Amino acid sequence: MHIKSKIYKNTLYVLLCGELDEHSATHTRMVLDNTFAGVNFSQIIIDLSELEFMDSTGIGVLIGRYKKMKNRNIPIFICNPSTHAEKIFKMTGLYEIMPKIV
Amino acid sequence: MKKSISNVFEMTFQAESVNEGFARVCVSAFCLQLNPTLDEISDIKTAVSEAVTNCVVHAYPNRKGMIKLRCEILGNDIKIEISDEGVGITDIEKAREPFFTTKPADERSGMGFAVMEGFMDKVEVLHGENGKGIKVIMTKAISSNCAVLVGE
Repeated sequence: MHIKSKIYKNTLYVLLCGELDEHSATHTRMVLDNTFAGVNFSQIIIDLSELEFMDSTGIGVLIGRYKKMKNRNIPIFICNPSTHAEKIFKMTGLYEIMPKIV
Repeated sequence: MKKSISNVFEMTFQAESVNEGFARVCVSAFCLQLNPTLDEISDIKTAVSEAVTNCVVHAYPNRKGMIKLRCEILGNDIKIEISDEGVGITDIEKAREPFFTTKPADERSGMGFAVMEGFMDKVEVLHGENGKGIKVIMTKAISSNCAVLVGE
């Protein structure tokens, strides 16, 4: 898993590249938490266009980040999910806490 | 004359998270002979990942152990068996409930079995044959009409 990020106009953009499963979960959690620790943004957009694979462990990682950001009133949005990721998000109800934006 | 495909492969690998991707790739490569769609391949890879992750995370809490993977193609159906010889699950029905997890502090979603059920046609979760561990048996029909060989 490779993670890129940038801040533009109060929004933190995060691009997840690679596979998000149990093997990459610990690294992904750590990098996202370090990235989210910044203060110069009021919302987060996670771009999944480069995500090649995700299973329910990935859902756990995303829900964990949602809980942390909820404490700071910073919403997280999802964009560019694959058909596959979308299927898991709908199945698990993730969009109810991390809405999809176009 | 048309002839249905029948084929089997088996492998055993250590219960380590690095092998999740390895197992996904092996099963998806084996399934290619059924000429599946990309969506079907994604479904199978995800279900395999969920079952293998369960073994990696839960089966062997205090020692290293092995995971056995068996894949069988029969006609247009793919049948995948993933088993371990670890600590097992006391209440299988409870474990299959969506959002149930024994490790909420580890940010587990508890959706592993639900995802397997959503992505495969049928999922059975059984106690291991020799009283140890768990065996998950998943089947899925591949929709492709190309899954026949012209022969004879």
